[in-house]
Amino acid sequence: MSNELVPTQQPTYYEEVQRKGYSRRDFLQFVSMMTAFIGLENSAIGQVAKALETKPRVPVIWLHFQECTCCSESFIRSSHPIVADILLDKISLDYTETLMAAAGFQAEEAMQNTMKKYKGEYILCVEGSVPVGADGVYCMIGGKTSMQILQEAADGAKAIIAWGSCASNGCVQSAKPNPTQATPIHKLIKGKPVIKVPGCPPIGEVMAGVIVHLVTFDRIPELDRMGRPKAFYSKRVHDTCYRRPFYDAGLYVESFDDENAKKGYCLYKVGCKGPSTYNACGVTKWNNGTSFPIQSGHPCIGCSEENFWDNGRLYERGSSFAGFGIEADADTVGKVALGVTAAALAGHAVMTNIRKSKLIHELEDEGKQSEHELKS
Amino acid sequence: MKTKYLHVHRLRRVYVWELPVRYYHWLNALAIIALIITGFLIADPLALQSKQEATMRFTMGWVRFIHFVAAYIFFFNFLFRLYWGFVGNKYANWKQFIPTSKKFFKEMWYVFKIDILMMKGKEHISIGHNAMAGFIYFLTFWAFLIQCLTGFGLYAVMGTWWLPKMFAWVPALFGGDILTRQIHHWAMWFFILFAVIHVYLVFYHDYVEGRGEMSSMGGGWKFIEEEVFQNEEHHTPNTDTKK
Repeated sequence: MSNELVPTQQPTYYEEVQRKGYSRRDFLQFVSMMTAFIGLENSAIGQVAKALETKPRVPVIWLHFQECTCCSESFIRSSHPIVADILLDKISLDYTETLMAAAGFQAEEAMQNTMKKYKGEYILCVEGSVPVGADGVYCMIGGKTSMQILQEAADGAKAIIAWGSCASNGCVQSAKPNPTQATPIHKLIKGKPVIKVPGCPPIGEVMAGVIVHLVTFDRIPELDRMGRPKAFYSKRVHDTCYRRPFYDAGLYVESFDDENAKKGYCLYKVGCKGPSTYNACGVTKWNNGTSFPIQSGHPCIGCSEENFWDNGRLYERGSSFAGFGIEADADTVGKVALGVTAAALAGHAVMTNIRKSKLIHELEDEGKQSEHELKS
Repeated sequence: MKTKYLHVHRLRRVYVWELPVRYYHWLNALAIIALIITGFLIADPLALQSKQEATMRFTMGWVRFIHFVAAYIFFFNFLFRLYWGFVGNKYANWKQFIPTSKKFFKEMWYVFKIDILMMKGKEHISIGHNAMAGFIYFLTFWAFLIQCLTGFGLYAVMGTWWLPKMFAWVPALFGGDILTRQIHHWAMWFFILFAVIHVYLVFYHDYVEGRGEMSSMGGGWKFIEEEVFQNEEHHTPNTDTKK
């Protein structure tokens, strides 16, 4: 980490890789892997390799606000060691509270230097939401509120990456009643591209892929309507789930310890949010592609979806119905409404026979009269 | 009873529901029944057991297939009915559903007093929909719209056709599929409650008014008393008013 203010030519990614002791072969393996993750064709491998060979490292400032650091943890555990070693350790350590060596004044100075030296060039990564309640006192670093820090850092940033569900949509700290008014980044910063990489945490390879894409193509990856990179968030977990055949067949785990659970049936009925969750878990998986929640027998909780904490119960399909108590779901409310309606209609029917008896009898008598007048 | 004075009415046949309206009605009813049943099965599938391999079975797949087919029928049928609101007869016209005048609200209030609160008073005459019913149907059209938007919104990611893909913005509006799915599920209860009340009121009107309300959606005609016809038509004596 250099503190000199003179802009010097930064080493390229490849130079850093070599200095770290990786071979050309390791580097190319990493490149092919990343190319596949970001959804490019084989022919793009050369392009990615060339970019990492020739382009100087992109300075990155990584801020931590209201979060649990699971995003950082996930990132340094991406399956290829180069991800952690180069993209984070070597390249983006200009300022990150979790992993930087400096502390206190020096650390703050390093951030200020990067912000000045690379104004308009650095990428700002934000982990965590920003509490805007009570003038932002709920999260302060170095005497500044997180909102001040964010605004300062965002001013000179080329692009902003919102890591994880906290920065993308507020996550659990913005759950009702959201006492600190935890707010996601895109609602605070206007006029800068914000890439949302939701998940609690997001998959390490997905995070690395977003950075590699930025470095290689010098522009933000294609985003969907919600501001997430399409390469990773365009498919539902459900669509790439290896248990999907059980779903289509109508074979479900009824409870966690039943025979069906042992057979590996679909977890839909124990609350799996895979059908409503857009993420790459079914394909990329976690921990070097070892497994993902559904594979280990746990339903997806939809951690990369907005409001997953307020929008549903984790282990049931139905969700609580606001204003009707914790236990009432839409169907309970519906059944009660149906009961009330049926009772009201029964009451109405009784009242009709009383209040409108004259009318009804007239019709009946009129009909009877005609019946009598008809021969045979 | 027999000693009472009886006025045996002369009834006049009025063609109220044209054939396309009747087709729309029953197709809509069938589609909604299919959608509600399959919708419940999708939300909370039956606990089935099988010795077959999962790949040999497609139970949930078929349930969802029926749901989607019924949804398409429902959607296009709905579009057709909107169109018919502009070209159909006066009882099918959009003005029957959307309050555009003070008279509409006045009639609604009157229907509320006579039919719901059962207050004493002159029975109202409504040949097509009464104002209250028309307005409730207007609300159902909004419910139709909500179901079409949320349903196709959820389906957009699975669809290969451009039509459902056009609804991909809907889940984004609600912050994702989780809430969209719930809105879709909550709104279904409106249909169930509507159906129950609707069927009851058809019985009610048939029973109290004796104008053939129940069969009108079969043959298309209702019967009104000759004096009602004279009253209603006295300013346009020519019977060939429209169509």
